[in-house]
Amino acid sequence: MHWSSPETRQVILWIAGILLFFSILGRVLRFRVKSEKGLATVSNLIARVRAWWVMAGVIIGSLLGGRTATEIVFGLISLLALREFITATPTRRADHQALFLAFFAALPLQYWLVHTGWYGMFGILIPVYAFVLLPCLSVVRGDTQDFLARTARTQWGLMVCVYFISHIPMLLQLPFAPLPLGNAGLVLFLVVVTQGSDVLQYLWGKLCGKRKIAPNLSPGKTWEGFIGGVLSASLLGASLHWLTPCRPWQAFVIALMLCALGFLGGLIMSAIKRERGIKDWGTLIEGHGGILDRIDSLCFSTPLYFHIMSYCFGN
Amino acid sequence: MLRSSAAFLTKLITGTRPVWQGCDPACRERRVYFANHGSHLDFATLWATLPAEARERTRPVAAADYWNRNRFTRGIACGLFNALLISREGITRKENPITRMADALRQGESLILFPEGTRSLDGTVADFKSGLWHLAHAMPEVALVPVFLQNLNRVLPKGHVLPIPLLSTVVFGTPLPAVPGETKPEFLRRARTALTDLIPAGSFH
Repeated sequence: MHWSSPETRQVILWIAGILLFFSILGRVLRFRVKSEKGLATVSNLIARVRAWWVMAGVIIGSLLGGRTATEIVFGLISLLALREFITATPTRRADHQALFLAFFAALPLQYWLVHTGWYGMFGILIPVYAFVLLPCLSVVRGDTQDFLARTARTQWGLMVCVYFISHIPMLLQLPFAPLPLGNAGLVLFLVVVTQGSDVLQYLWGKLCGKRKIAPNLSPGKTWEGFIGGVLSASLLGASLHWLTPCRPWQAFVIALMLCALGFLGGLIMSAIKRERGIKDWGTLIEGHGGILDRIDSLCFSTPLYFHIMSYCFGN
Repeated sequence: MLRSSAAFLTKLITGTRPVWQGCDPACRERRVYFANHGSHLDFATLWATLPAEARERTRPVAAADYWNRNRFTRGIACGLFNALLISREGITRKENPITRMADALRQGESLILFPEGTRSLDGTVADFKSGLWHLAHAMPEVALVPVFLQNLNRVLPKGHVLPIPLLSTVVFGTPLPAVPGETKPEFLRRARTALTDLIPAGSFH
């Protein structure tokens, strides 16, 4: 993806235009809305949009910076996400060494494998080798309390925050026929559709949400928000088909799957939060919570997208 | 420069977030912050979350036998953090730790104290030693602020040297009010309860 190509500039202008629209909308609503509840919603909207400017800037900036820059940025996202995940899930003193290796060996090694493009090892480092080695480090300490739960939590943290997310920069390594934005277009498609689905579900839910879809897990989510959001995000995907090697209908189906999986991924992460009795994973992003609150839907849709792209459309 | 870098680095590793629940960070009163103890990062983190100006006149109270072991540990404690090293054993009238803490407070400094006396292994808060009571009697006008340090015992547990970058929270509570006629065990129990009351709901060890 290069600034010199007109398609790149077009995409960036579109994203900036949409964000600008919401920024202005927030300012206008702040003067129009009078009720206390409405004002809280509006200030939350303004905070969210402000955070979106930063997040869009980071992602687009990293893609413009090239492959290594993208790998570093997603590596840092994994680090911050894993930090939030392990903070919120109880581990014990006996896990300290295993956790140290999860943060400072498994994570950098996984991104180093992305960098070198060693796909065979990239696919098994965390699911196989981390799975085998990390419990070995914990078990020799002899602390059996919650042993399976502790081990599983560490492994889950690595899978969700590191393994899944590392598939995003790995997209830049796939061999494809030339695309308008290069492989960076594949990353943009994934991020815009999944994150767009979250935003559209939120908007549809605010506009006409009535029937709660999962009151125990995520009280804010409604059937109206889900259906409206997923369908409109899939249409968005179809209109962005030119970023990928897909036809419009193929892009629609892929986007539909991404949104459905992203929704379920969000519910899974909500279920973990409810179990732990917390509302947000962290406090890093104003209006959103932690970084994991923002990328939860992305985590679960990324591997499927990677495999569809590589097996159905790759050269 | 070195001290502000140390504060920045500590905040980076421990991802710490201060919660000023019961007192004002900007207030210039002299304080004794008393906190639970589970990690070598406890003092540095509490200190790093204070406003820069308060940091300069806040000293940790630490065990001389531990930190005087070699030049390196002594350099960190006295050189970097300006610690007030007190002896845990062999207390004489001349070397009375309470007198030295009171002297520091009289010079306008604030202190950080870990009244459990040692680091806990599992994050539970042990009974308090009596130093806090003697100090409260020697300097009744100084505010005693309970501080709960969450998760630092997971960032760097006792017996380990390498930290993992988890997020921690520092909760500052309301200064202990004076209760006339209170006995020593009553006071220590009340101080400990003021600290454990700050443990956020849903937290674990």
